[in-house]
Amino acid sequence: MVKKMIDLAKTIRSKNAGVDHITFDILFRDRENYELVKSSKALTKEKIAKLYSIPIEQISDFVEYDPGFAIKFTLKRNRPSGSPGEMDLLGSQQYPPLFDIEIPD
Amino acid sequence: MEKMAFISPTGHLGFTPIEKDSFYEGIKKRPDYVIADSGSCDIGPHPLGSNDHASPEEWQRHDLEVMLLESRKLEVPMIIGSASDTGADRGVDQYVAIIKELAEKHKIPRFKLGYIYSEVSKDILRKKIEQGVEIEGLGDRPNLTVELIDRTSHIVPLMGVEPIIKTLDFGADVIIAGRSSDSCIFAAPAIRAGFPKATSYYMGKVLECASFAAEPFMGKESIMGTITQDEVYVTAMHPDQSCTVASIASHAMYERRDPFYEHVAGGYLDMTNCSYEQVDEKTVKITGFVFYEDPIYKVKLEGAGKVGERALSIAGIRDPYTIKHIDKVIEWARRKVIERWGEIGEAYRLYYHIYGKDGVMGPMEPEKDVVPHEICIVVEAVADTFANAEVICTLGTRNLFYARLPEVRGTAGTAALMMDEVLRGKDGYKWTINHLLELENPMELFNIKMEEIGI
Repeated sequence: MVKKMIDLAKTIRSKNAGVDHITFDILFRDRENYELVKSSKALTKEKIAKLYSIPIEQISDFVEYDPGFAIKFTLKRNRPSGSPGEMDLLGSQQYPPLFDIEIPD
Repeated sequence: MEKMAFISPTGHLGFTPIEKDSFYEGIKKRPDYVIADSGSCDIGPHPLGSNDHASPEEWQRHDLEVMLLESRKLEVPMIIGSASDTGADRGVDQYVAIIKELAEKHKIPRFKLGYIYSEVSKDILRKKIEQGVEIEGLGDRPNLTVELIDRTSHIVPLMGVEPIIKTLDFGADVIIAGRSSDSCIFAAPAIRAGFPKATSYYMGKVLECASFAAEPFMGKESIMGTITQDEVYVTAMHPDQSCTVASIASHAMYERRDPFYEHVAGGYLDMTNCSYEQVDEKTVKITGFVFYEDPIYKVKLEGAGKVGERALSIAGIRDPYTIKHIDKVIEWARRKVIERWGEIGEAYRLYYHIYGKDGVMGPMEPEKDVVPHEICIVVEAVADTFANAEVICTLGTRNLFYARLPEVRGTAGTAALMMDEVLRGKDGYKWTINHLLELENPMELFNIKMEEIGI
């Protein structure tokens, strides 16, 4: 059965990491769900680039963080946070597209 | 000393008022220090660039008053970093004035107030570049140039632990510091008392956002950190909040590109091999951190410069045919502005924020084909003067009303204007500097003042 990220993760969030980056955290309550998502390779740099319509080089970091049962990735901003034209000063509403990522069982 | 305890009531003093009950709960346990940072670059470049505070002074005074009264009653030092949102000299002066006023208002017995200026002049940096010092850009930013400095209004370096340790050495009971690394204001007294750097910086790292390190999610509640030689204990003070292995481990990732390393002035903390243990319902014990000194002492610089003056207006669209062709509507309005003002670029900027379509995510929005029943458009214009921005914004908004679409039924206007009015936005600023500067010694840019106040 195919599950969605929103059903498996405890927390899915995004936030500024300094003035030039937005970082995304997907946290799982237990090792089981974390390992399921990690081993499924449903979330990779390639898939993130496609989902957000960005070049892969814009993804500065991608980390699987075992101690926190978490997957974390970071995008470079096109302009520093808070420049004129800003849409999300704190980078705090960039995560919802991750909800529907499908994780094959 | 075998152990030392620190209370952290807020991750950004003054941003919204502290929740007092959990702070008083922590104070009952008699911490050795009362500490909070008051700054963040998350608030955008405007406060630093325009040299203004982002939070109302009333809330800043509220938080300072709550903390000052309790720390003086306990006779333990209080340390405030990054005074008044930006840590510029203006912020230090503002908080020093508030502390003096509170000391008088509450007739607090005499105490020593230490304050640390950290703002760096553009001339000092220009001179360094002329002498051949490379001021390294963070991320992909190129090294700092004189031209970038010229475009910057105010610059602050993030101090490390040394200026705070020095101010404590002078006997300060209350410290108001300019821009500081938030973990350093906690680590400084611990390092000064002889605790290892790794333990001290980790404690600072975990306490800096107060209740964000605990669960369930709550802001502005206090947490308490207790340090021994090689362990950090962190406890939630709110009756309904706990520090858990999951909340502490996940906090290591919060607001940072990398969950394993925390860089501060003078070195970095390695958290790769940290282990977490639940010791009671509200407390987690952390061990296993390592600190590595940098061979060259560097501080991070933040700088913001003015881009232009801003005007904003708001319009709505309800006709489904118009919404379906919103890109053509925007193109029409933008074209009308370009006809009179020339191509968008250095002279002026024009942004259409289309809420209901992609107002939050812009080109990163994956939902490209949704047609909502109504949309809101915020028009943002930036130009050299507000007068010009206002005209551009008005032109770019009124033309949403006159957009020409071949099959539109409503021929008396293609947009609903919330008002025929343009609002003045705060001036537009940009983070021009996010760089690393080598210092000859950790005190180089920091200037400490001491005063005795109270009665």
